[in-house]
Amino acid sequence: MSDVEEAITRAHREEWARVVASLTRRFGDLDIAEEAAAESFTTAVERWPAGGVPPNPGAWLTTTANRKAIDRIRRENKRDDKHKEAHMVYDNTPPESVGAIDDDRLRLIFICCHPALAMESRVALTLRMVGGLTVPEIARAVLVQEAAMGQRITRAKAKIKATRIPYRVPAAEDLPARVSGVLAVLYLVFNEGYLATGADTDPVRHDLTVEAIRLTRLIRALLPDDGEVAGLLALMLLAEARRTTRVGASGELVALAEQDRGAWDAALIAEGHRLVRERLAAAAAGVAPGRYQILAAINAVHTSAADVGETDWSQVLALYDQLVRLDPSPIIALNRAVAVAELDGPDVALAAIDRLEDALAGYHAYHAARVDLLRRLGQSRQSRAAYDRAIELAGNTGEMAYLTRRRDQLG
Amino acid sequence: MQYLVSVIDDKSNPGSTDRQPAISAFNERLIAEGYWVFAGGLADTNAATVIDNRGEQAVFSDGPFVESKEYLAGVWVWEAPDLDVALKLATEASKICDRKVEVRPFQ
Repeated sequence: MSDVEEAITRAHREEWARVVASLTRRFGDLDIAEEAAAESFTTAVERWPAGGVPPNPGAWLTTTANRKAIDRIRRENKRDDKHKEAHMVYDNTPPESVGAIDDDRLRLIFICCHPALAMESRVALTLRMVGGLTVPEIARAVLVQEAAMGQRITRAKAKIKATRIPYRVPAAEDLPARVSGVLAVLYLVFNEGYLATGADTDPVRHDLTVEAIRLTRLIRALLPDDGEVAGLLALMLLAEARRTTRVGASGELVALAEQDRGAWDAALIAEGHRLVRERLAAAAAGVAPGRYQILAAINAVHTSAADVGETDWSQVLALYDQLVRLDPSPIIALNRAVAVAELDGPDVALAAIDRLEDALAGYHAYHAARVDLLRRLGQSRQSRAAYDRAIELAGNTGEMAYLTRRRDQLG
Repeated sequence: MQYLVSVIDDKSNPGSTDRQPAISAFNERLIAEGYWVFAGGLADTNAATVIDNRGEQAVFSDGPFVESKEYLAGVWVWEAPDLDVALKLATEASKICDRKVEVRPFQ
């Protein structure tokens, strides 16, 4: 890559959200902001190679995008006066200050993750407006047709406009719920990368995990005091640190106990552990941790053990107990049972898991966990049917390959 | 901006019938805070008549235009600066009238 190409890529990564966000505020219209931002990058691609990279690429892009937006508004203005109406929707004055968080990008994130939008629209809009992914890229990311993805984004923008969803950071009292909505979107993107679904899809999709981490880092920078943001970032980093060891040469997923711990990314683990320690200190000072912080702490216990035999399972179980109190869902109970197996034996864990059958009979991880316990108890006869069910329900190619091999070893 | 707030009841699982005093108090507040434009509860869907006069002759039919378990029990029209304000009020409204509500902007 040439220096100029590199500069453009870097500017796209660092400035896209800022350009879209500032234009949205100025022009009160996501559509205009998105289009003008895209045009400004196209102009950069045309001009920078000959004219050189401007000293402040972000300012250059914002100015260029502003000009493009004004051109478009003038053109449309001649046609009708509708945009004036749209203009009224948004407030050009800074909103009431809610602490240190006053950044247009934060407003952009909150509008893209607004609870009035469907979850799939929030994901699409966030990846487009904040992440800067193109429509074809997002379509590939979530495995839908390009045309359908384009429509999804268009409809979401139309709803924002028609219902007048405000472009502002929520009031302090609403902030925790709204931040939690944003984190749910990012966690969804990450998980789709961490354990990708689809028959023709790689088991782990690095592009999605990297994008989710990048966006979570951005929110961390904008909301440095939010414990759950720190928790989610730590959780993602500690999972990402194990990425290269999670898939074997044959494309099979490798279980945590069998991963090559020496190949885990030490820098990501150190960063994840730092964040977890920061949240532990806050918890010690009386701030109750949320679910991402607890999940991150569980991952910190696992990544602290140089060998699976050194895992502090009683600590893992204590954290799951804490999580169950926050979220008494059967999925958490299932994960807790895995820790119980290590402490009290697979028979106790199997009894706990069997109680979840009604709730989780259609969930592959239930069958996968159950089959592993049956295997450890030497009950291979019962195992085959459970393997079949787990394979049938698993959407991840690496997991299917792993389960199939295990089943075929039953003899 | 004006929003239509539809109160949705469910024939198989109706909301409680003792909500009127709370709804009245809520309406007083909507008026005092400047959100109130209109409110009204509707008679049973059996009382509806559908008229179709697109053809040669007007056709009257008894009953609602769509038969469903869920039906419109009443409406509000609110004036609110943006959707967040409307959604916040609607969250309260749902609790107060013990029914689902739908928020939809006028064009």
